[in-house]
Amino acid sequence: MTFKHSRFDRFILGIVYILLTLAVLLVVLPLIYVLVASFMEPTALLNKGLSLNPADYSIEGYEKILSSKSMLHGFLNSLFYSAMFALVTVVVSMFAGFPLSVDGFVGRRFFMILFIITMFFGGGLVPTFLVVKQLGLLDTVWAVIIPGAVNVWNIFLARTFFKGIPKELSEAAKVDGASEARTFFSIVLALSKPIMFVLALYAFVGQWNSFFDAMIYLENSKLYPLQLVLRSILIQNQVSPEMIGDRLAQAELKRLSEIIKYASIVISSLPLLVMYPFFQKYFEKGVMVGSLK
Amino acid sequence: MEQTIIHREQRTTRRTGALKNSIDYIRRNHFLYWLMAPAFILTILFKYVPMYGIVIAFKDFSYSKGILGSEWVGFKYFDKLLNAPNFELIFMNTLKLSVYGLVLGFPVPILLALMLSQLRRARVKKNIQLFLYAPNFISVIVVVGMLFIFLSPTGPINKLIIALSGHPIQFMAEPEYFRSIYILSGIWQGAGWASIIYVAALAGVDPELHNAATLDGASLLQRIRHIDLPTIRPVMAVVFILSAGGIMAIGFEKAFLMQTALNLPTSEILPTYVYKVGLKAGDYSYSTAIGLFNSAINVILLVFVNAVVKRLNEGEGLY
Repeated sequence: MTFKHSRFDRFILGIVYILLTLAVLLVVLPLIYVLVASFMEPTALLNKGLSLNPADYSIEGYEKILSSKSMLHGFLNSLFYSAMFALVTVVVSMFAGFPLSVDGFVGRRFFMILFIITMFFGGGLVPTFLVVKQLGLLDTVWAVIIPGAVNVWNIFLARTFFKGIPKELSEAAKVDGASEARTFFSIVLALSKPIMFVLALYAFVGQWNSFFDAMIYLENSKLYPLQLVLRSILIQNQVSPEMIGDRLAQAELKRLSEIIKYASIVISSLPLLVMYPFFQKYFEKGVMVGSLK
Repeated sequence: MEQTIIHREQRTTRRTGALKNSIDYIRRNHFLYWLMAPAFILTILFKYVPMYGIVIAFKDFSYSKGILGSEWVGFKYFDKLLNAPNFELIFMNTLKLSVYGLVLGFPVPILLALMLSQLRRARVKKNIQLFLYAPNFISVIVVVGMLFIFLSPTGPINKLIIALSGHPIQFMAEPEYFRSIYILSGIWQGAGWASIIYVAALAGVDPELHNAATLDGASLLQRIRHIDLPTIRPVMAVVFILSAGGIMAIGFEKAFLMQTALNLPTSEILPTYVYKVGLKAGDYSYSTAIGLFNSAINVILLVFVNAVVKRLNEGEGLY
């Protein structure tokens, strides 16, 4: 600002700074609490709560978590589901977005309306469940990956991006004798890396954090994604016996259940929280393009 | 180039010619239709076939007879819902949870954005945003898990309360706390992220406008009121209509996860009821009817709120 603020303005600005600081603290403190608690010695955590005494710290919670097979399976499953989901989403959206961006594409209105209707109407829980069941996808990894992969917003996002690519480029390729397919794969897609990245990022994070489809479509606990494993630990209070060791003593269970909760929250959330600042501008881009139709 | 010429030709030729042209176009550009195929097939399979499946709300669905073979029963299941002893409670729970959530949650992102736009140092602003957006990347399971930990009778918040008053509060077991916990934790997780769209709109304001206003003696609050607020008003209208239209479609997931046997009097909402009746109890037709009822109310609300906002907002609505 080149101008001097009046006294009253400075007072208001002061309040703004205070409120923003409070907002940041409100967001960050619970996260820090969990992080610190996860490194506590279990008994000390139960008896004293958080402490600053170095003697009260240990990595026992993490040892228990990392030795747990269900946690490891969940982690690997989630990695697989999220990567596959991102791949399918990107392929389907880029493929469908391109024809919709071509001038004079016959049937554009038909496809647009077909997609837009799904934004406002749906079959609901049971009818969708019945379709997945009829197709024999129940209790397979595909039930988690396929049904959610078509998303109208993503298709429109891709279409908007394609519209911004200069037509001269693909026309020049055609003049040089490249086929439609070749033009699409080697020119249009090559220019679309940013939007593909945004779509993949959103799909990956969405799938990583979701549990609902897995909960209703999967029976076999070996297929469970990380979030379902977390659900049994955090919400259903079922710490699996393998984490406690052979002695299923009640006291041992009580001693460890808290620390296991904290450590599992950190292990499952940290990857995204650490990575996201590097991709912040891409995430923001997604929100912005999405809001412009 | 080629395509635009064809497009023009289509308009000028008569209908039969247009059809022939379309077929010609499709034949020559079949590649485009192959690209469309995956999204088309998946949309039909997982969106439109289930929409057809809604007819089971009007039938006595049984597996052995299939959707077509099951008997029509008209509005039997809608009658059943409207006459269910707990219908009024569940309906009001759904409505209250989302209306309160909208009223309390809607202004927070706007306030955050207005405050953030006062920060002149880009680096500081960016770092604050970084923190405020973070909870958006935490899963709903972890957020609810944290609620259970923090609010448990032996958790950190109750330790404070015990120190002050001597008695712990059973937050997750008392029906009266459910809504506040649900809404406040929703704001904690979502308000920062929801402010992005307003921050972006405010970034588009020409700084010269603010400078000129300051020169003319406008105070900070006056500039917010007469420059910033009008800038984001269209965005506010759209966001408000969309969230009001989704009022009955509130997230099933968090309410479901936060439910305990004891807080059901306030935490049971239509979406969780659909899940319990349908997939837990296996009453497919009844569950579908409840879901359809829920969506119908949503559509009515969307139309209604759009009309109201249009009137208040000088004719600018969603449609």
